[in-house]
Amino acid sequence: MKRSQLVAALILAALFVWAMASGMSSASPQSRQFRELPDARPSRQFPLGTDDLGRDRLSRVLYATRVSLLLAPAAALMATLLAAVIGGIAGYFGGWWDKCAVAVIDLLLSLPWFFLLLAARALLPLNAPPLASLLVTYGLLSMLGWAGPARVIRAGVRRLRESEFALRARAEGCGSLRLLSRHLIPNLKPVLLAQIWTTIPVFILSEANLGLLGLSAGEPYPTWGGLLRDLQNPLSIRPEAFAPLAVIVIAVACFNLATPRGGLTT
Amino acid sequence: MKFRILSAVTLALALCPIKAGQPPSELRFCLRAEPKTFDPLMVEDGNSETIRYLTGGVLIRIDRRTQKLSPELATSWELDRKGDRIVFHLRPNVKFSDGTPFTADDVAFTMKRLMDPATHSPAADPFRSSDAPPRIAVSSPLTVSIAFGAPVAGMERLFDQVAILSARSPRKTAAVLGPYMVAEYKPGSEILLSRNPNYWKVDSKGARLPYIDQVRLDIQQNRDIELVRFRRGELDLINAVDADTFDDLARQVPHSVVDAGASLESEMMWFNQVPNAPLPAYKLAWFKSTAFRRAVSEAINRADICRIVYRGHARPAEGPVSPANQFWFNASLKPHPFDPASARRRLESDGFQFRGGRLFDRDGHQVEFSLVTNAGNHNRERIAAMLQQDLQDVGVRLNVVTLDFPSLIERITKTFNYEACLLGLTNVDLDPSAQMNVWLSSAADHQWNPNQKQPATAWEAEIDKLMRAQAAETDNTVRKRYFDRVQQIASEQAPFLYLVTKNSLTAISPNLQNASPVVLTPQAFWNIEFLRKAPAPEGTR
Amino acid sequence: MRAILHILTRRIGAMLLLLLAGGLLTALMVRFSPGFETDERELDPRLSQSSRLSLEKQRAADGDAANLANRFARMVFHADLGESPSLKRPIGELLRERLPVTAEIMAIGVIGGWTLAFALAMASVLSRRLVVRGLTASSQQVLICLPAAALAIVVFDIGGPVRALVALIICPRVFDFLRNLLHEAYQQPHILAARAKGLGEFAVWAKHVMPYAAPQLFALAATSVSIAFGAAIPVEALCDLPGIGQLAWLAATARDLPLLVVITLLVIAVTQACNMVSDWAALRRVDA
Repeated sequence: MKRSQLVAALILAALFVWAMASGMSSASPQSRQFRELPDARPSRQFPLGTDDLGRDRLSRVLYATRVSLLLAPAAALMATLLAAVIGGIAGYFGGWWDKCAVAVIDLLLSLPWFFLLLAARALLPLNAPPLASLLVTYGLLSMLGWAGPARVIRAGVRRLRESEFALRARAEGCGSLRLLSRHLIPNLKPVLLAQIWTTIPVFILSEANLGLLGLSAGEPYPTWGGLLRDLQNPLSIRPEAFAPLAVIVIAVACFNLATPRGGLTT
Repeated sequence: MKFRILSAVTLALALCPIKAGQPPSELRFCLRAEPKTFDPLMVEDGNSETIRYLTGGVLIRIDRRTQKLSPELATSWELDRKGDRIVFHLRPNVKFSDGTPFTADDVAFTMKRLMDPATHSPAADPFRSSDAPPRIAVSSPLTVSIAFGAPVAGMERLFDQVAILSARSPRKTAAVLGPYMVAEYKPGSEILLSRNPNYWKVDSKGARLPYIDQVRLDIQQNRDIELVRFRRGELDLINAVDADTFDDLARQVPHSVVDAGASLESEMMWFNQVPNAPLPAYKLAWFKSTAFRRAVSEAINRADICRIVYRGHARPAEGPVSPANQFWFNASLKPHPFDPASARRRLESDGFQFRGGRLFDRDGHQVEFSLVTNAGNHNRERIAAMLQQDLQDVGVRLNVVTLDFPSLIERITKTFNYEACLLGLTNVDLDPSAQMNVWLSSAADHQWNPNQKQPATAWEAEIDKLMRAQAAETDNTVRKRYFDRVQQIASEQAPFLYLVTKNSLTAISPNLQNASPVVLTPQAFWNIEFLRKAPAPEGTR
Repeated sequence: MRAILHILTRRIGAMLLLLLAGGLLTALMVRFSPGFETDERELDPRLSQSSRLSLEKQRAADGDAANLANRFARMVFHADLGESPSLKRPIGELLRERLPVTAEIMAIGVIGGWTLAFALAMASVLSRRLVVRGLTASSQQVLICLPAAALAIVVFDIGGPVRALVALIICPRVFDFLRNLLHEAYQQPHILAARAKGLGEFAVWAKHVMPYAAPQLFALAATSVSIAFGAAIPVEALCDLPGIGQLAWLAATARDLPLLVVITLLVIAVTQACNMVSDWAALRRVDA
């Protein structure tokens, strides 16, 4: 592991531990409104000040960090698994399987995904917890986000299909599905790992964009994207309002730097 | 020879200094979206209404400052005692913008087209007191009578929304009687209105109005961009400023912002009482209980909402009518007080119990319900978050669900798959007859339980009787008595929990003279013909 | 020539099938989404019962299968894109007005982004100073870590050129690839030899490096057009630029089925065209 990867991984771990630990102490729970102190400046009690409803900004940033650092990797894992299945089948069998997979990928990338999100949110039961809408967001991202990794895995499987060990396995009577699942995909572990790591920051940034467009979790739960909406008042932006943006940049940069570099590419 | 001519011309030019043409004076502000139509009879959105206001001539105008009727194209009118017939006496020597004379035939043509079912004019519905079409009679070039099948409550005020069209002009709806006419339209970008050369109004010194030569309307959805442009001096006014930017703007552009006081807009919430709504029966029972609704209302800190969400530019709402509605507001009403102790007492008297900081009904169900509101409205989302905390203090758990508007409308008007709803209310029309569809229990906009075959409660039956009575009455004093009682019942029974009444906030450039913002729309430019731009200082653009 | 025509025909055929599938899926998605048959005018208490019924009938007709099929047929056979129910204007007109705005944003984005990325990549490759390499890499890292929507808001708030935003989104996404490609190019034996023999840097770049990298650059350029198109949507929606992206957002929130279908078809066509160019360029490289 290179030094930069190690440092990035350590920073991520520290961020995660801090976010988790802050949840255990409820000195300033993220939803509590200190109504006598709306838009307060940073102080000892509120290191990042309060938002427009008097809620501790630091608590909210840490809560949002917890949520994103848990859900984004989960969604990335799901997307990569989907990509492995679809990309693997397309790359191995080729022909019509490949053509169909490529067509589905192209179609997915062209559909108005934000409309899907609007519709999915509207279908949620009313008394579902607000986190459910966040789960739906990340779920949808993983359902749509497999397309890019699938291309990479497809290319990798196509190359490995013609490799010596694969030819030997086939010559010895190994069935297609067994070959794919027991030999080819496992040999693509570095690629899969790299895809998970590269997909996590993509999902974090996508959720942030959606939050800014108002398609995030319901009140009172903060998300990184929802917190960025404080930047939308051009007449009175405070420096502390940039805190969620800074955390996003740090987290995404660390994920990018910590990405394992081995593996195949298209 | 040529040299002599050239010299003469040069000399002439030198001796007669060419006077640079004065650039036309221009008022510039933004529309939030593209107007959907330029046909004044088909207006149904606010942006099209702005165009209609600026270009359309009406028979009677509601003076936005005094809220009283004032003559415009009609110098006088007589309303029949029964309230089903009106005779207009028109202003003489008025012409459309293309020079076509204005006569009673134009009024007749406009009314026929308005009331034609094939036109589907939104402005026609308030006139439809019966199925029979109105009888329109032109007795002279300047006299026209319109008779409806049944009395039309508050009829005179309705003509404020009817811009008169020309019956004869080849330019059709482009020929107007208002202060401005549409000169140029760049879809998605801007609309340029230039002065109507034949506008009939003059000022006290006999000078032709409007003072400002043209109005440029930029189509700008983003309010932040609008604010920045106003701050830079690129815009002359903002018709509706958000409360959370009002004070910042006041600091950055001093003397530019005006808080005209309570507007006609308020925020309210209600509970779903539709009998066959897909809700658990115990929840329906809560929502139908007046004690429950009043308790929830008393648990809400309206003053905090005014202070925090609206930065003090709002007031706790008293009822369905804002104090801005000078005549119809019931001044004896007070906002429901913020009194969590009283709220708890009401709930306990209604069979609810408190255990471990949470509220349970008599059957042991924890009191928890969802509140739907539209996504993207930052103020409403903040109000919802504040309601969460307020209700938590009385043991009620509130889930806030933000939905995009079409999904929200579907739930509250078709599927009734919701528990409580938070939305805004704007009484565009001052007259209570405009709210018939809200208060009649059989009507579609009777939000908490629409389309009832029979009134579900005694108080709804009483409201039905009172609303029908005021609609049939022509004496406004009597009508006010009836409608005051409706407001009182609404306050007592709390089918709607009225939260706050927002103030009317506008921004006016210091260069704009004679502006005096009011609470009725259009707040900042209601007297556009009298607005004047101060001359720019020398050496500036 | 025959082979090229054959491939082209197949690709175009595939694109047409994709267009059909995309249009159909979008139509189904919108038609059966929550809130399709509603109209916010229903909340206006001044509306009479008959007006409400008329609105309901109209909305139901908008979503009627026969009506949709008819519209689709008119679109295909008469090039009539129909009218937007929410904006009440011909869709063709709306697209004609807004395409130039989006095209301008994309053009500035692609050209600006590439110019900036190229300059930084060249600096990083040619400079031996760690500081220069560090600064170029870290500046791109920061840009790539910023959500596009947040970048839009920050640039807007500081009064920056919002139309050039897409350039800041594209630049970091091509920088890494450009730097690696240029680095690889400069390591080629013939280029090393040319430099060793004293050929000027510009000549080396123009006559040797660029021809080597051209096929891959072309492929990446085609992909960045596609990225620019995708980035334009949140930028236009947040910064109120009257382009196709803003139109798509308005159409989605208003459940404007015809408009959303047409925009989806446009996105598919642009994406597929870019992919075709990119694949062709990649093939050229293999041949080379």
